[in-house]
Amino acid sequence: MAEHYGDSLLEMFLFETSQNTEQLERIILDTEKAGKFSEEAINEIFRIMHTIKGSAAMMSFSNISTVAHKAEDLFYFIRENPSVEYDCSNITDIILSCMDYINSEMEKIKNNEEADIEGGEALIQRVERCLHEISGGKGVSRNKNTGTESKSAEKAADGEKVSKDEKSEKHSYQLTVFFEEGCGMENIRAFSIVRDMEDFADHIRFQPEDIVENNDTVFEIRKNGFKIFFDSAKTYQDIIEIFEKTPFVGSINLIETAKAERNQTQKGAKPEVKNGQKNGNKADKNDEHQSVQSLISVNVSKLDKLMDMVGELVIAESMVVENPDLSGLELPNFQREAQQLHKIINEMQDLVMSLRLVPLASTFQKTHRIVRDMTKKLGKEAEIRIIGEETEVDKNIIEHLSDPLLHLVRNCIDHGIESEEERIAAGKPPVGTITIEAYNAGSNVYVVVRDDGRGIDKNKVLEKAKRQNLLKKPESEMTDKEIYNLIFLPGFSTNETVSEYSGRGVGMDVVLKNILAIGGSLTVESEEGKGMAVIMKIPLTVAIIEGMGILVGNRRFTIPISAMKESFKPDPKDIFTDIYGNEMIMLRGECYAIMRLHKQWGIETEVTNLSDGILILVEQDDKRRCIFADKLIGEHQVVVKTLPELIKRIKTVEGLSGCTLLGDGSISLIIDAGWLVNTDIK
Amino acid sequence: MSDVSKTFSGAEASEDSLSSKFLTFKIDNECYAIEISFVIEIINMLPITPVPGLPAYVKGIVNLRGRIIPVMDLRIRFNKSEIAYNERTCIVVASIDGMDIGFIVDSVAEVLTIPESDIVNPPAIKKDSNRFVKGIAKVKDEIKLILDNQSLIDFRDIDDIASAIQNEN
Repeated sequence: MAEHYGDSLLEMFLFETSQNTEQLERIILDTEKAGKFSEEAINEIFRIMHTIKGSAAMMSFSNISTVAHKAEDLFYFIRENPSVEYDCSNITDIILSCMDYINSEMEKIKNNEEADIEGGEALIQRVERCLHEISGGKGVSRNKNTGTESKSAEKAADGEKVSKDEKSEKHSYQLTVFFEEGCGMENIRAFSIVRDMEDFADHIRFQPEDIVENNDTVFEIRKNGFKIFFDSAKTYQDIIEIFEKTPFVGSINLIETAKAERNQTQKGAKPEVKNGQKNGNKADKNDEHQSVQSLISVNVSKLDKLMDMVGELVIAESMVVENPDLSGLELPNFQREAQQLHKIINEMQDLVMSLRLVPLASTFQKTHRIVRDMTKKLGKEAEIRIIGEETEVDKNIIEHLSDPLLHLVRNCIDHGIESEEERIAAGKPPVGTITIEAYNAGSNVYVVVRDDGRGIDKNKVLEKAKRQNLLKKPESEMTDKEIYNLIFLPGFSTNETVSEYSGRGVGMDVVLKNILAIGGSLTVESEEGKGMAVIMKIPLTVAIIEGMGILVGNRRFTIPISAMKESFKPDPKDIFTDIYGNEMIMLRGECYAIMRLHKQWGIETEVTNLSDGILILVEQDDKRRCIFADKLIGEHQVVVKTLPELIKRIKTVEGLSGCTLLGDGSISLIIDAGWLVNTDIK
Repeated sequence: MSDVSKTFSGAEASEDSLSSKFLTFKIDNECYAIEISFVIEIINMLPITPVPGLPAYVKGIVNLRGRIIPVMDLRIRFNKSEIAYNERTCIVVASIDGMDIGFIVDSVAEVLTIPESDIVNPPAIKKDSNRFVKGIAKVKDEIKLILDNQSLIDFRDIDDIASAIQNEN
């Protein structure tokens, strides 16, 4: 049936469900910390499970829907019996396994694999056992009686509310449902409503009738609403309540057509009034919901395209404004309009950039789960501290960051954090701390994963590397840094035993690969017995930067303005050389090394006399240096393009962070400011 | 020139016929062939932006309609003397392992179908001597040297990831 509705419906189901499970995970982990499910959390979990159940049933993924249904039952019981005693962590485990199951099933759906029915059944039994335990045998049975077919626990609740004298009677209703604007696939949603209604209503007829077969009914439903005629034993109020809970229902209009025998005349006039009220309430309640609806999800590839287009717009703009045909002309009006155009394009660039930025929060949140699962399993105590989760990075980067981050955290717990006894013996707090921190610095984002565990045992690393034949030079010559870097080699793992989480020797090299893939770098800091830190430095790959064009020989380069402090013609009497022939300059009482770009890169140029060219003072990571170039060409905004993969593979190419296209279509290479201040001067 | 400056699209021919189709081009006096399934297009010479630190045979990068691709001079790659580029010089743009690269060749000849049976392995002369040529074919009394794409972009001076990090620090 899934394919029957086409991919868009499936895509939306997968998207919505994965968002739901993500949210659920967050709630569950939060409550676990609190040690008890708050009323709010219970309601929320119940609601999410209900939504998952509903949409899975709609898509005919019965295995997912039944698991969600059972989980929903469990929380229904807890919600209805606030006083009941239960083992919070047990329930958390169960719900998390349910979610894992749902997530893995969704993966299978994506890959067109067979559903794991048995796993689902085992899980259902587990949930039932748990429900049985906490309810002491009662309560469950009620649910079972009413809910054998497929009805949610909700129905049982509603059933109870129906007062006795009304219970036996059936009322006839005419219901018109209007869906929220833009929810899409109204016909399918209408169909699922009808299906849900079968549990409490008879003689259901609806209009338009061919909703499943005919996709054009979508328009009719949008325009005239979806009309359902039915008989039900439920009261007017109950039915209104049911539909209020139904997702994507915007407003409803319920009219009690023919009666409930004797009540007919009394109730005849009421429905209209009730309608008014209901719609009013609904609008209030929906304020929050609607603000969610104003978000749309956009395919990232469209954003990429938009970004490229804006990049080309910037180039086109400068091609027009700096057109050689205009040179030497006095064009005040043109200049003014060009300024305006420039301003608009600038704003557009900023906007497009910001569209792609996503806070790291959701990526960081995922680590909670890993910490929880692993500490439980390994019998260690650790907590996670997150700093700077609001730091925003490009969507592409987030995708590449998630795996390395999770792996590093896993690594911290598995290898870094000691057991409780060990920690106490070492005079540390019994609970280990893993800190994940993100911050912006210049055009880079730093993500640091730090633990207060045992740190890296250098000897162990060396020994292992020797055994694996990974050493490239004699041990005695290796610096600490080089030793730490060994752990990123493929096939390296110091843990002797292979655990579920790590030790197989895959992982740290994947971390490095991922980070290198996005043009980042890694640094490891460690202090034996005190802990270690992995510092990931990630550049903003797709970015527009302010750059200063410089000329060396006949080659054009771009230096990021953010790294430039100043540029000046040096006064020859400030320049001096030390005994090794290194050139330096004295500037306002400070002494800076001079790096000649033409020498550094072996570029031929006529400008070799320092006072003929220009010196540029650059600063990066608190280090400063003077760079010598032939001359400045001018400031321009550039769209950073990464260098071709093949060029990046060549180790001897250094000092470049990317390239950019200039107005005339030629290429300017962007100089890496970090390299400028750190590399050895030739 | 214009007759060869057209785009070759993989979609035009079916998979099996592609396997034996080659684009041939001249460098010095030899005629080389590259599997056409790797070739994206053939373009005239473009202005090359040199990149510091490149081996001599990688000339730099070019701007191909907004795409930045590296270009390699096959004359230098094959240890032949460098000549000035002229109007017959072409860039054969190929995609190898998902990476685009342009090969500068003296001139492009034609597209040929070479049956596998006509291709023989190059004789071993000395270790590593023939690493760019993976096969030799004879078509109408003319010898074509079939190039091994992988080894063309195997720069050898690139170590494993380990040295990349050490370089980084």
